[in-house]
Amino acid sequence: MNFEEGIAKLETIVKKMEDGAMSLDESLEAFEEGVKLSKFCGQKLEEAQRRVNLLMEKNGKLETAPFGERDDDL
Amino acid sequence: MMNSIFTVSKFNDIIKGLMEGSFEQIWIEGEVSNVSRPASGHIYFTLKDESSQIRAVVFRRIGQMRSFLAITNGEMVLCRARLNLYKPRGEYHLVIETVEPRGLGVLQKLFTETKARLAQEGLFDAEHKKNLPLLPRKVAIITSPTGAVIRDILTISANRFPATDIVVIPSKVQGADAPQELVGALHLAQKITDVDVIIIARGGGSFEDLSCFNDEKLARAIYECRFPVVSAIGHETDFTIADFVADRRAGTPSAAAEMVFPERKALTNSLQGLKVRLQQAHINQLISKKKYWENLTVRTKTPERLLEDYRIMLDDYSYRVNRSVNNLMVLQREKHTNITFRISDKNPLARIALLSSRLQGARDSLFSHWRLLGESRWMSYAALTGRLEGANPLAILRRGYGIITKIPNEKLICKAEEVAVGEKVKIKLGEGALVARVEEIMKEKQ
Repeated sequence: MNFEEGIAKLETIVKKMEDGAMSLDESLEAFEEGVKLSKFCGQKLEEAQRRVNLLMEKNGKLETAPFGERDDDL
Repeated sequence: MMNSIFTVSKFNDIIKGLMEGSFEQIWIEGEVSNVSRPASGHIYFTLKDESSQIRAVVFRRIGQMRSFLAITNGEMVLCRARLNLYKPRGEYHLVIETVEPRGLGVLQKLFTETKARLAQEGLFDAEHKKNLPLLPRKVAIITSPTGAVIRDILTISANRFPATDIVVIPSKVQGADAPQELVGALHLAQKITDVDVIIIARGGGSFEDLSCFNDEKLARAIYECRFPVVSAIGHETDFTIADFVADRRAGTPSAAAEMVFPERKALTNSLQGLKVRLQQAHINQLISKKKYWENLTVRTKTPERLLEDYRIMLDDYSYRVNRSVNNLMVLQREKHTNITFRISDKNPLARIALLSSRLQGARDSLFSHWRLLGESRWMSYAALTGRLEGANPLAILRRGYGIITKIPNEKLICKAEEVAVGEKVKIKLGEGALVARVEEIMKEKQ
């Protein structure tokens, strides 16, 4: 599941709970699920570091090399 | 002509004289290419057609005129020029005096034709275009590895969402080799499984500079790409075929970065909003369920109270049932009496008796009429029969008369002279008949 799917599911759960048409059991389950999804999405947003790589094909093989993000790396 | 041996200078002189003398003012048209504008201010370019070309120069003084600003590669132009042979290099070229555009250049024509054709095939159709993901995990960027374009994209994306991985796939973005390299880069990008978006980017340039992005093969490769493609080619006002085929088009590489990378703050706020709503909804649910339960509890009674209630209910019901039944019976009785009374009125037996006597009366009447009728008829009949009888000739015979006829033809004999003596005659009597012979004929004397 990716962030987008997670958010979509969470929205659905929140809407259902706000409508109030669920039994007590269902309601508790939904809340648990919602908390899980919320944690998952939060994690995706908090990841800090990215990798920037240069990709080339040499002799039929893929090669990656770190791509400098600063001018002096070129 | 002459057997003498030329020096190079002499020869060039002669040719120069011949050439420049043969042409005073030349009008010539062709396609512009290889334009170069060195610091000297002169403009050098090549004028060409499908199979031939010639160098041309516009000197600075004339070159500053507005018409010359428009000289770009690919343009068809009409020039007024003179011929010049430059002896130091033994090359000849045109010295351009005026220039005017001659309609669309080849490149421009090709662009228009290709764009129309691909549009008709449906390569630009909106339905085919893919949506960009909200938060891409990995973005592939096809661009020149040097220069401001990749720099800008990396900076902006780092500000907006620094956690997305980026793969830079280097490619030429100008020139004859560019289309093929770009297609190769696209295929490479699709070999990586977790790429969510591909950006093709290139900074500003002239129409010819950007023309590699009008390549048909590149357009098809973009169309068939399994990931969404964002094109950011040239400036805001430049539109190449790649821009039309791409799933999204950005006016500049920076705009592309904004399109593809979400702002972390905005997403975090959204998520926080959802969290708050989740908590609130949960609490509300619990409160309402509790209220509901409490409500039920209050309304539930102890067993004794319930029993009392039921007893009272039972008495009440019994009383009401009895009363109902009584009422019902009274009602039925009334109905019964009423009906009996009304029926007796309409007793069919009485009606039958009445009708019977009427029938009998009718019958009697019929019979008496019939009798009377019969009797009078009978009397008439009897009278007529009597008179008929009376007129019956055979009745006369009974009184002793006879009918005499001849034999054999049975002709009646009324006069004595109709017969001869000795003739046989037939006599019909009242009963039976006789055959007699005439003995004598007596004449009556009156």
